[in-house]
Amino acid sequence: MFSPLTQADRKAMLEAIGVARVSDLFAAVPEAYRYPALRLPPPLTEMEVAEELQALSEDNETARDLVSFLGAGAYNHYIPAAVDAILSRGEYYTAYTPYQPEISQGTLQALFEYQSMVCALTGMEVANASHYDGATAVAEAAVMAYHVFRGKRPKVVLSPSLHPHYRETTRTYTQGSPIVFAGDDLPPAAPPEALLDEVDDQTALVMVQYPDFFGRVYDFTALAEEVHARGALFGVAVNPLALGLLKPPGEMGADIVTGEGQPLGIPLSFGGPYLGLFATRKKYVRKMAGRLVGQTVDSRGQRAFVLTLSAREQHIRRERATSNICSNQGLMTLAVAVYLSLLGKEGLRQVAELNYQKAHYAARKLAALPGYELVFPETPFFNEFALRCPGPADEIAAHLLEHDVIAGFPLGEAYGEAFRDVLLVAVTEMNPREEIDLLAEMLGEVH
Amino acid sequence: MEFPADLKYTKNDEWIRADGTVGITDYAQDQLSDVVFVEIVVSEGDEVAQGDIIATIESVKAAADVYAPVGGKVAAVNAELDDSPELVNEDPYGKAWLIKLEIADAAELDGLMDASAYEAYCKERE
Amino acid sequence: MTMKVREPLISELSAPGRRGVRFPESDVPASPMPKELLRADLPLPEVSEVDVVRHYTRLSHFNHAVDIDFYPLGSCTMKYNPKINEALSRLPGFANLHPLQPAETVQGALRLMYELQEALQEITGFAACSLQPAAGAHGELTGVHMIWAYHYDRGDTHRNKILVPDSAHGTNPASSAMSGFRVVEIPSDARGNIDLAALKAECDDTVAGLMLTNPNTLGLFEEHLLEVIETVHAAGGLVYGDGANLNALLGIAKPGELGFDVMHLNLHKTFATPHGGGGPGSGPVVCAPHLADFLPGPVVVVKEEATDDLPPFFGLETPAKSIGRVRSFHGHFGVMVKAFAYILMLGAGGLRQVAEDAVLNANYLRARLQETYHIPYNRICMHEFVAEGRWKDAPDIHALDIAKRLMDFGFHPPTNYFPLIVHEALMIEPTETESKETLDAFTEAMLQIAEEARANPEVLHSAPHATPFGRVDEVKAAKELVLTWE
Repeated sequence: MFSPLTQADRKAMLEAIGVARVSDLFAAVPEAYRYPALRLPPPLTEMEVAEELQALSEDNETARDLVSFLGAGAYNHYIPAAVDAILSRGEYYTAYTPYQPEISQGTLQALFEYQSMVCALTGMEVANASHYDGATAVAEAAVMAYHVFRGKRPKVVLSPSLHPHYRETTRTYTQGSPIVFAGDDLPPAAPPEALLDEVDDQTALVMVQYPDFFGRVYDFTALAEEVHARGALFGVAVNPLALGLLKPPGEMGADIVTGEGQPLGIPLSFGGPYLGLFATRKKYVRKMAGRLVGQTVDSRGQRAFVLTLSAREQHIRRERATSNICSNQGLMTLAVAVYLSLLGKEGLRQVAELNYQKAHYAARKLAALPGYELVFPETPFFNEFALRCPGPADEIAAHLLEHDVIAGFPLGEAYGEAFRDVLLVAVTEMNPREEIDLLAEMLGEVH
Repeated sequence: MEFPADLKYTKNDEWIRADGTVGITDYAQDQLSDVVFVEIVVSEGDEVAQGDIIATIESVKAAADVYAPVGGKVAAVNAELDDSPELVNEDPYGKAWLIKLEIADAAELDGLMDASAYEAYCKERE
Repeated sequence: MTMKVREPLISELSAPGRRGVRFPESDVPASPMPKELLRADLPLPEVSEVDVVRHYTRLSHFNHAVDIDFYPLGSCTMKYNPKINEALSRLPGFANLHPLQPAETVQGALRLMYELQEALQEITGFAACSLQPAAGAHGELTGVHMIWAYHYDRGDTHRNKILVPDSAHGTNPASSAMSGFRVVEIPSDARGNIDLAALKAECDDTVAGLMLTNPNTLGLFEEHLLEVIETVHAAGGLVYGDGANLNALLGIAKPGELGFDVMHLNLHKTFATPHGGGGPGSGPVVCAPHLADFLPGPVVVVKEEATDDLPPFFGLETPAKSIGRVRSFHGHFGVMVKAFAYILMLGAGGLRQVAEDAVLNANYLRARLQETYHIPYNRICMHEFVAEGRWKDAPDIHALDIAKRLMDFGFHPPTNYFPLIVHEALMIEPTETESKETLDAFTEAMLQIAEEARANPEVLHSAPHATPFGRVDEVKAAKELVLTWE
C-alpha cells in the first residue's frame, strides 16, 4: 500500500534478478512454513482507520476532560505550540541516528544544545543524548556506578522515596549481575540521612529523588558529603521542571543526575514515549552509557558536531560495552531543547513557581478539611504532596471519579497498609484555582 | 608495516622486548586508526599473569583491550600516553610503550611468535 | 584555522529579557518559598518564539531524512512513515491520557494495546506479548532476562552462557552481558550461515540460549534454521529471535512456528513508525506459551468478557512469574498507535506485499550492482545484502569514501563497516517503499562512483562536496571532548 512498484516494475525487476516469480525469492524459507495464513481484519483505507482510531480515542476520558490531580512521575503541563511544530518536521522525525555527521548536523546540533541545557539545569558537567525514561536512567546509573568501581563495590542503596517503578526497573535490569540493593525497606518517613546506615565500603551508589516520590524537597549537601567520605557515588533522580526553581543537584555534590524529562514539553501520551535524562561529572564520561555529541570542525573549517566516544557503545565494544542501549529518545530530546529555549530562564522559573504556588495553596486548603492532614507537614515540597484522608484513599478516589475528578494517586498499593489512607496529589499550572477549590469541596463531603 | 626482529609477538597484536617492555604492534595501530585514548588499567607493583588485561586503547572506530604477553610484576607504566595517545600511531615500538614488566618466567616468551611468524600471521588476516 | 559558524547555537542567539512564551500570573494567594533551597541562577537562553522556530527550522535543513530522499541504511529499515499515523498518535484522546488513570477512563487506549498485542502475536506466531520495552535493545534485554528466569524457575541454575553468531548486531552480546551471561561467539560458515559444527560443539548443558537474527545481517535466510533451533533445544537451551529484520518475513513465515521461543519486534523498523533521529523506538516482546508467565508487566488483558450489551472490559495485569518492570508505566504508547494504524491499513495481504516488495527491491539492487561491487555471499537475499566497498585496482578507496560520495547524489549511504565479517562492508537495505526509478538512480550513482574510484579517487577522498558540511573531524571531537556550550 505504501510501495510505489507497479506490476510492470515488478516484472522487469524479476527479469533483472533472473527469477520467474516473487515467491522464488523465498525458496530458502522451509516450505512447510512458507506463506502461513494471517488472521487479521480486512485492510482499511486511511479514511476508515482515521475514523476507527478517532472512535477509540474518544472511548477515553483524558486528564484534560476530567479535573485531574494525578502525578506520580508523569505530569499534565502546557506545551507551547512551537514544540510540536518543530517535532512534526519530517527532517527530524524521519531521520535515523546521526551516524553520518555530514548530513545530520540538524539532529547533532540540537542534541548538543540539549546536552548543554541539561547540564545547565542540573549543574553537571556532561549529559548524554538520553535514556528511555526516568526509570531506566536510574537503572543505568546503578550499572555505571558498579563499573566505576570495577565491580569491587556491588551494593546500591536506593531511597524508599525513589519512584516505585524506578526501583523495580533497576532490580529487573540488574538481575543476573552481582549488584545487590539496600535501603528501600526503610519507612518513607525516615530522613534521607537514615540511608547512611546502609553505606559501607561495599557501596557503589546512593540514589535519592528530588523532589522525591512524595513531592518532598531536601538539601542533600551534607548527605552527599558523607556518602563521598565513605567512598561511594551520590546519585539524584530529578523532576527537571522543579530545577527551574530549586538548587541544582550539581551544587549539592551529586555525581550522577538522572531524571524524567516528560514535564519539559512531552505529552502524557498514556506513559510514553518519555525521556530519561542522564548527567554526570566529566571524569566519569567514559563510564557513562548512551550516545554523546561533541563539537569539532568539518573539512571546510565550519563548526560541526559528531557522535563521539563511540568506543563505549555496543556497536563497537559488543559484550564489553557500558550498556546495550542503541535507539534512545532522540526526538524527545528535541522537544526538551525547543521547550527550554521557548521558556528560557524566566519562563521555566515562572512555570516552576506556578506549580509550587498552586500546590501549596491546594495543600493548605485540603489539610484544613476535617479528617485530612499532610503526611509530611514539616518538609518543603514542590508540586505534589501526600495527603492523609479519613478513609481508604482508593475508595475516596473512586467516589470522586464518579464526579469526573481524579483526586490523585492512592499510595496503598505501592507502600502498603500504612499508606492505605494516603493520596498523592499533584497540582500543575494546568489546574486553575476553581479546580483546586472544587477538589477541596468534594473531599470535604467525603466522610 | 614494521616487524622489528628483536621483539616477540602475540596473536592479540602485543609485542614484548626481552627487557619486559610491552606495547601494541604497527599492524594493531593501523587497524585501530587514529587513537584518541589510552587507559592503562594496572599500576606499578601489580602482579599480572599472562593474558591479564593491562590496558584499553580507543580510536574513533574501535576499542581494543591489551593483554599481558607474559606474567610478571609491573615495573613502570607510560604516563605520557594520557596526554598524547597519538603516539600509539606515530611510534608504536618506541615512545608508545605501555608498561614494563619484570618477567616472572622467561619460558613464557618461547610460546610467542617471532617477527617472521607474526608478519605471516598479519598477512593471513588481510 | 578560525572556525566558521553556519548556524549559531541557540545560546548564541540569547539576549537578556527576551521571552519565547508567557504563562498566566498565579491565581492563588502566595505561599512563602524555602529560600535556602532556591537556585541562584538558571543559565538558559533568552530568545523569542521566532528565534526558536527559525533556528530549529534552519537546523532541520542540514538533515537527510526519509521524507527527503532514499535512505538504504542496512539493518535499519528506513521505510516511509505514513503521515496519518502521526496525526492519530496526536489525537487529544490519546495524547492527554495519564498512564495512572483508572482503567474505566482509558478503555479505548487499553483496547488499542490489547488488539496490537493480538495482531503482533498473529503476525509472528507467538502466544503472548508485552508492549513494554522501549526499543529493540531493550526488548533483547527483556527477552534474555526471561530466558534466565525460565531456567532459574525450573531449578536449572547452572546455564550461564548465551551463544551469539559473529554476524550479530552489537546489541545482542551487550544485552546478554548485561543479564549476567557469558557470551560465546559462534562463527559463520562459508555460505554466511551459522557454523553448525561450531554451534554443536558449544551446545552443552550450560547453554541458556542462542540469540539469532533471521534473516541474518548479511540479509540471508539461515539455510539450516530448523536444525539450528533443534540443536539448541536438544541441549535444553532456548532460541531468542532478534526481530530487527522481520520486514522480510511479514506474511512469509511466522518465527513462532519455526520454533523460536521469544523475540522482540522493532515497531520503528517493521511497522513504519519513524526513527525520530535516534528514537523513540518501541520493542515489544512476543513469546511462546512456556515463557508467557515471565513477560514484563503490565500487559493488557480482558478483565470481563463482552456481553450482549457491553464491550469487554480491559485492564492491566502483571504475569505470574514476571521478570518485573523494564521501565516506568506501559511502554511507548504513542508509537503503538502508529504501528496499530499501519497494521490496520495493510491487513494480511498488505503486510505480505511489504515483505515481497522489500525482498524484490533488495534483490534487484543486488542484481544491478553485483558486476561492479564484490558481494561475498552472493545469492538470493532477503530484505538486504552486503557488498564490499573496495577494489584491488583502487587500493586507497575505502567503504567510507564511497559512503561519503553517495551524499553528493542526495542519497544516504548504506551502513558501513557492519557486519564485521565482511571487509569494508556496505550493507544495503532499500525497503519496499522505494520505486524502481529511485533504485535505478541509486544504481547509476554507485556505478559512477566505482568509475571515479579508479579515474579520480581524490573526488571520493574529499567527498562529500555538495552537502552543507564537509567531512567532520571525529578525532578532534574525541580528543578535545567539548560536550556542552559551557
